Parts: sequence; structure tokens; C-alpha cells
Amino acid sequence: MRNSNPRLRVGIVILAAFILLGGILPFFSPEDPRAWIRHPRNLPPSAEHLLGTTNLGQDTFWLLSYATQNSLFIGVFVAFFATLIGVFAGLAAGFLGGVPDRIITLFADVFIVVPSLPILILMSSLLQGRASLVLISIILILFNWPWPARQMRSIALSMRERQFVNTARFSGSGTFTILAEEIAPHIFSWAMANFVNTVLVAIATESGLAVIGLSSLEEATLGTMIYWALQHQALLGQRWWWIGSPVVAIIVLFICLFLLSTGIANLSAERRGHGDA
Amino acid sequence: MQFAKFVVTRIIAYILVIWIGITVVFFVPRFMPSDPVEAMLGRIMTRGAYMEAEQVEAMRATLTQAFGLEGTLAEQYFGFFQRTFVTREFGPSLSMFPTPVNELIGRALPWTLALLLSSTIIAWIVGNAIGLLAGYKSRWISSRTLEIIAIFVYPIPYYITALILIILFIHINPIFPLFFSVQGEAWSWEFVSSAVYNSVLPALSIVIVGFGWWVLSMKALSSSISEEDFVYFAKLKGAGEGRIMTAYVLRNAILPQVTVLALQIGAIFNGALITEILFSYPGLGTMTYNAVLQADYNLLMGTITISIIAVATSTLIIDLLYPFFDPRIRQR
Repeated sequence: MRNSNPRLRVGIVILAAFILLGGILPFFSPEDPRAWIRHPRNLPPSAEHLLGTTNLGQDTFWLLSYATQNSLFIGVFVAFFATLIGVFAGLAAGFLGGVPDRIITLFADVFIVVPSLPILILMSSLLQGRASLVLISIILILFNWPWPARQMRSIALSMRERQFVNTARFSGSGTFTILAEEIAPHIFSWAMANFVNTVLVAIATESGLAVIGLSSLEEATLGTMIYWALQHQALLGQRWWWIGSPVVAIIVLFICLFLLSTGIANLSAERRGHGDA
Repeated sequence: MQFAKFVVTRIIAYILVIWIGITVVFFVPRFMPSDPVEAMLGRIMTRGAYMEAEQVEAMRATLTQAFGLEGTLAEQYFGFFQRTFVTREFGPSLSMFPTPVNELIGRALPWTLALLLSSTIIAWIVGNAIGLLAGYKSRWISSRTLEIIAIFVYPIPYYITALILIILFIHINPIFPLFFSVQGEAWSWEFVSSAVYNSVLPALSIVIVGFGWWVLSMKALSSSISEEDFVYFAKLKGAGEGRIMTAYVLRNAILPQVTVLALQIGAIFNGALITEILFSYPGLGTMTYNAVLQADYNLLMGTITISIIAVATSTLIIDLLYPFFDPRIRQR
């Protein structure tokens, strides 16, 4: 990796900070950050409370760290399965062709156009705030597999005609070997970029649902933090630390993920440019 | 021939999108772990409404009918479609009884369409114009600065932009009103001006996010097209800068942007729903939200069904506009 990819480097540095905040720090939390009235309410930031306390008497910093963990979990869970399903559906469509291709393409196109949020709202309203994070993630997977599937299909279509695939086939390799040894390396970096991008989309959708109080209210995510802050009039009360912490965290996290996904895409484009030629 | 085939495939896709969307809406309440009728009854009771035993029974019957839970699954399914498309009747609103749901949606839909259309069109045109300039003149410092700004703006979701605008322009600098309120008779000057004044921030939050994406994608497209042989030839031929930019680069770069716009309508609509709720803008989003809060199932089913039809229809309209940008489909 040369120094020509500043996006990737900046993205990795910020991501490391978020993994520290959401992946490691929650295990060292001195208390359950969700519990109310642990501390005096609405304190400004101090050495004891790095980001102050909320109107509910929670420590904003530990709550943020805990919320980051849940948001990252949703993002990674959804992105992993959506990318996996998308890649296989897309490859199947591209390589099989014919009727399977038409059916997969049709479903992918339909799920891209149907607006997901109204359906999520309908679901959460029936579950009355008791929707578990896993259930919400499963619905998000349903709406996020079509993007990688479409892309994968077009990659598969172009691959099918490439020289090196034919060479492998004529030298006696089976379909699976061709997939694993010749094609997988080509799609891996692309799937990585898509994975990171889906993490972003999944966290964004869950937080959106959460901001209006329709995600799981028993858990803390970056979105539900904003919801509670809005519900308790953090804006009118000018409690900027409370509402500001999750907002800034979301902005920085999303810019980081966007830099990562475009950085990975650039990197693989560069490699292709230098490698295959 | 090509044109007819194009139109037919798009219309088939349109019908399928609505069919599958409505089918998902039909099955969601049926796959829930809890009985939706009992859940709704529970919510109505906890809101403090006192009801006699026979009133509860009547309510249960009304809800069962509203959910379309009478008869076999197949009967329910056909009944659901008949109600959606033939009679177009979602029944009375439960929270604003006895106003029909259709009337409430009829009031909210124009607001949503106005907000969504104006902000999407502004973001698309301005974003693509700037992206074109930045891609064609990619060596300019201002082009690079602009791309960096777009990178930082694009990944931020709609509701975060909305929250930041609310914090900056309603709470810190109270330039815009805290509550959405429109004064005056319909279509009087006072009405129009107060509606526009109240809609500036919601629209701006949608424009800012969309803008980032169009700038980034258009810049990538136009800078690669600018290096094509036919653009080089046009330069040698002595065509003017403006003409090269519009007739050579723009005409080719705009095609994928129209396709992407059609694919993005659903996502833009999702974003606009939450933006509406945060600004309490009187559109479909806020109405859906109130329906959820007040357990108004008839209204909720109505707004969600209309949302799906509205998004599918806008996608179809953009798809059908495509031939106006692409002469290859139009002329054959």
C-alpha cells in the first residue's frame, strides 16, 4: 500500500478510535450506563464525567460508549449477512442466467424501490418499542441485500466472458474451483467496500427509526440517545453535551465509514490498474 | 419498437413493486409474535379511555375488520387488495373519528409531494451542475475544495442534518419558528409566504444531503468522460468550452444520473419521513408518526399503502422521462 490513499488511512485511524470506544471501553464501564439517577442530573463535563451527565442522571460518556457498541453491532451484523446473501444471489444470477437470473433481478429491483421505513414503522408500532435489535437487523438485511446483488450480477456477467476464466475451465477446473480460486479474489475487495457501506446504511436506518422512538427503547443505540435527549427537551434546555455527543459521534462515524469504503474501492481499482495490465 | 418495449417493461415492474410492497404490508401484522388486535386494544386502553365490556367487544370487531383478519387467509388477501385498489377505502380514522382516512391523507399528501419534489429537483439540478463543472475543470482548486465538502456532507443522514439545522437556526439563532404554523386562507399571499417560510429548513436539510451525492457522482462521471477521444476531437475541431461541456460531456454523463435518481427515490422518501417528523411538517411522515402514537391502525395502514404507491409512481415517472434524455431509446 503506497501513500496514495489518504482516505483509507484517515478512515482506519478514526475506525480504530470507534472500536476502542464501542468495542473495548464498554467492558470497563463502572456501572450499567442505562440505569437512571446514578449521578446528579445535567452536570457539565468534568474530570469525573467526561461528557457531563444527562437529565436522567446517566453518565453521558459511558452511555455513548455503550450506545456505540450496539450501533456497531447492528451495522456489522446487517452488513455481514446482507453482503453474503447479495454476493451469492448476484453470482447465481450472473452465472446461471435464464429464469433464475430474471427472478433474482426482479426481486432485487423491487426491494430497492419499496420504501423500507414505512414497513419498519408498521412493524415497530405493532411491537410497541419491544422490537429486539436482532429482529430490526433481520428486516434491514431484507432491504439491503439487493445493492450488492445487482453489482455482483454485473461483475459475474463480465467475468463469465473473461479470458482467464475460460482458460481455467478448459484446463479442467470445476465450477467451484473456478469460483474459489479465480473469481473470489476479484470480488473480495469489492465485497469489502460494499460491506463497509452497508454498515453505514444499517446504522443510519436503525438510528433513524430510533430517533423517532420506534427502535428498541430498552437498549441504548446512538439513535435512542438522541430520542431520549429530544424527549427530555435537551434542545430547549440547551443541554448541548447530551444531544451533541451522539450527533457528533454519528457524523464522525459515518464520514469514517464513507472514507473507508471509497478508500477500499480506490485501492482495488489501483491494484487492478497495476496488476492485470 | 424499442420505445414501446421500454414502456411496457417499466409498467410491469411498476405493478410488481406495488404488488410486492402491499403483500409485505399485508403479511407483517400476521407474522408478529403478538396478536395485532389485542396489542392495539391494549394501547387504546392504556391511553386511559374507559370502555364498557360491550364497547370493548365492538372495538375488537372493528379492529379485526380493519386489519382484514376475517375469513381464510386467501379471502383476507383478496379483500385487502380489493380494499386498496377497487374501493380505495381505508375506513374512518380511529383517533380523529369519524373523519375518513382518505380525507386526512388527501390533506397531507400535497405537502409531502411539494417538499419532496422541490427539494429533490433543486438538489439534483444544482448538484449535477456543480459536479459537471468540478469534473470538467478538475484541476481548479475550488473544484477540489468542493469535492472535499461533498465528501463530508454526503454520508450524514437526513435527520442529523435536520437536527443540526434545528439547533443552529431555531435554538441558537431563532431565525425560524419552533413550531410549524401556517396562517391565512388557502392560497392567499399570507398562506403561501408562511408555508414557504416554515418549509425552508425541512427542504434545506433534504437538499444538503442529496446535493453531496450528486456532486460526487457527477464529478466522477464527467471527469472520466472529459478524457474520452470524442471530447478531445471536439476540442481540436475548435468547439467552444461551453458547448463541449454541455453537448459532449453533460449529455453522456446525465444518463446514469437519471437512472440513479429513479433508484434513490425510495431512500429519499425514507429520509423525508423522519425530516417531516422532526420539523412537525404537516405531511405523510408526521401523519404516519401520529397514527403510530395514537394507535390509529386505519390511518397507519392508509399512509403506509399510499407511501408505497407514491414512491413507486414517482419512480415510474422518472423512468418514463428517461427517453427524453436518451435519444437511442426515443428514435427507434
